[in-house]
Amino acid sequence: MSDFTNGFWSWYVGVASVASIAACALLLWAMSSQRVPGQKTETMGHVWDEDLAEYNNPLPNWWRWMFYLTIAFSIAYLALYPGLGRFAGAFQWSAQAQYEGEQAKAAESYGPLFAKYAAMEIPAVAADPQAREIGQRLYLNYCSQCHASDARGGKGFPNLADADWLYGGDPATIEATITAGRNGMMPPFGQILGEEGVKNAAGYVLSLSGANHDAAAAASGKATFTTYCAACHGPAGKGNPAFGAPNLTDNAWLYGGSEATIAETIRLGRNNHMPAWGEFLGKEKTRVLASYVWGLSNRP
Amino acid sequence: MTAPVPAASSAAESVDQALYEVRRKIHPRAVTGRFAWWRWFFVWATQLVFYGLPWLPWNDRQAVLFDLAHRKFYILGLVFWPQDIVYLTVLLIISAFSLFLFTAVAGRLWCGYACPQTVYTEIFLWIEKLIEGDRQKRMKLDQAPLSARKAGLKAAKHGAWIAVALWTGFTFVGYFTPIRTLAAEVPALGLGPWETFWVLFYGFATYGNAGWMREQVCKYMCPYARFQSVMFDHDTLVITYDARRGEQRGARARKADYRAKGLGDCVDCGICVQVCPTGIDIRDGLQYECIGCAACIDGCNQVMDKMGYPRGLIRYASDNALKEGLSFAGMLRRVLRPRVLVYTAILWTIILAAGFALVERVPVKVDVIRDRVTSRPDSEWAENVYRLQIMNTSETPRRFVISAGGLPGLAIEGGEPEVEIGPASSRMVPVRLGVPRANARPGANPVAFTVSTLGDAAPIVVTEKASFIVQDKP
Repeated sequence: MSDFTNGFWSWYVGVASVASIAACALLLWAMSSQRVPGQKTETMGHVWDEDLAEYNNPLPNWWRWMFYLTIAFSIAYLALYPGLGRFAGAFQWSAQAQYEGEQAKAAESYGPLFAKYAAMEIPAVAADPQAREIGQRLYLNYCSQCHASDARGGKGFPNLADADWLYGGDPATIEATITAGRNGMMPPFGQILGEEGVKNAAGYVLSLSGANHDAAAAASGKATFTTYCAACHGPAGKGNPAFGAPNLTDNAWLYGGSEATIAETIRLGRNNHMPAWGEFLGKEKTRVLASYVWGLSNRP
Repeated sequence: MTAPVPAASSAAESVDQALYEVRRKIHPRAVTGRFAWWRWFFVWATQLVFYGLPWLPWNDRQAVLFDLAHRKFYILGLVFWPQDIVYLTVLLIISAFSLFLFTAVAGRLWCGYACPQTVYTEIFLWIEKLIEGDRQKRMKLDQAPLSARKAGLKAAKHGAWIAVALWTGFTFVGYFTPIRTLAAEVPALGLGPWETFWVLFYGFATYGNAGWMREQVCKYMCPYARFQSVMFDHDTLVITYDARRGEQRGARARKADYRAKGLGDCVDCGICVQVCPTGIDIRDGLQYECIGCAACIDGCNQVMDKMGYPRGLIRYASDNALKEGLSFAGMLRRVLRPRVLVYTAILWTIILAAGFALVERVPVKVDVIRDRVTSRPDSEWAENVYRLQIMNTSETPRRFVISAGGLPGLAIEGGEPEVEIGPASSRMVPVRLGVPRANARPGANPVAFTVSTLGDAAPIVVTEKASFIVQDKP
């Protein structure tokens, strides 16, 4: 692929490079006067501080030959490597090809290791100490920014080290979550329910996990819950892993379990997104990473 | 100020002189004596260390090995990591101050006795003398037309030089790649490309500098000659020709009453010039070319002995000693002057501080990096997550326990973790700290992690500071 938008620039760069080298060589040749034995050296014709004059001596030979060497080097370089406009050079070198070469070399040395794990079941990979180390490094690189270095998450970022899962914690589901990502969405109910309705629904949700709540509000919120919330969270509030609706009865909260936070969640809804890693990591690394994550809550 | 002068007048003042000094090849004559003995002592001392050290084993590794690939630097029982770069800095400072001190006391001792340029030139000269003979024979050989004998001698000399140079290059690389592995690779031509390059490069530098460049390195390349004068003063011992005693120089019969002829002790035999590795005449006084090797002292003393004159026409003496006619003891008393005392004090301070730091150095390092995630959703409990990079720089596996403090009620979630870390390796341990929100103020709170070893009679304890961030709102 060429970096030039227009054929003109390729010629411009090429001609300018060649002309510069030729001009340097010409200048050097023109300046290469030699000392003639016996002949006097002229001064440059200016004098400072009464008697400081500058001799017009020829260039030192070692310096001149080094300059010729740089010219020879630049010609050789431009013949071998890209530099003269679109001309790719005799070596056909490119950064892209070098990158691909290095990738291929890495794949060659690490490929067998990952292939071994790809052929194993996730619990078996999770039990392998070397795979765990690789998995931890992958996790720290790609996952820890959101899920934290200890995998216990943060506000809005699920804890991966407990046995509580939004979409299910079996090996295949974890692998699917990493590969394709997830989009969690809870619609806002503030306008539908009104502030009183939100407060009552929050009271009922609190009662599901046995937290301190306003009994009257919870009682009037039950009907609201059945109408609006049970479709996703289930009639008993146990959630639905098919589309990641959280279980509201287990006292594990993604955004917080205080009355104010729950009311905020109901009022404004929530949007959450886990990016898809399948294409970036590839099947084999995803397998090792999924094994590491599964192993966090299924310690051997 | 610039004073423009008509071109016509200055063009007339033209010159004809050589642009560069043409090098005269120097054929130093071999010399024996007290200072030659010391020079050879230092040749042996430095080279036994240089060539021998890589072969010294330590438990089951090389005693001195700079493992660049794994960034571990083994020196006897110590393992340095890149984080210990300060020790290298201190070593360089100590070297520099030692150089200043020695120079202030007795001039270019380093150049004359221990500098690799001097040492390898000495070795190469010895080989040269062994194969081609001493000064006169070498000069004759160089002037002789090419013959089978001359070609044979030259080939033998360069062959021997190249062998020494390659062995030097091989030894040098042996400090970076285990030398026994290297030795096994050489006969099989199995050296890696970089190992080959450095063996040849260092070998070439040795051969070129000690065989061909010699005194030109000291005269034109080494900056030390040019700034030595700022470290000299009038009480610095330098190699000096006692002109008052030597002049008027001149040849004479051994038994003759030379004083009656108005002659001094110098017989003008030229030995001091012939033995000089930089080809100068010390009788012209202190020169920047003089590397302080004292070969002229040895040479002159031999002549003085033959003539039956007292030794020391050329000797270590200070400028003041010559001017004021100080005795040797008087000169030594002048050594303890402020410049020398200050250098000595600074040098010892640094050496003692470095020694103390080395003794107190613990084989555990801890780095703390705080996660971006600050809290899990729980309004009464503030949390921060940290990565602790724990490095075990010793060569035995160790168990560590991590604790934290600095805020009331601060606790590590899941209890204080214990980790085992293998010899000379490191491990990342994620740690989540929690504290009742009421006990910490919004913003950054200073906390500290303590990592202690388990199973040691006197546990090693390393404390590392960190910040605990509490957001204004949960």
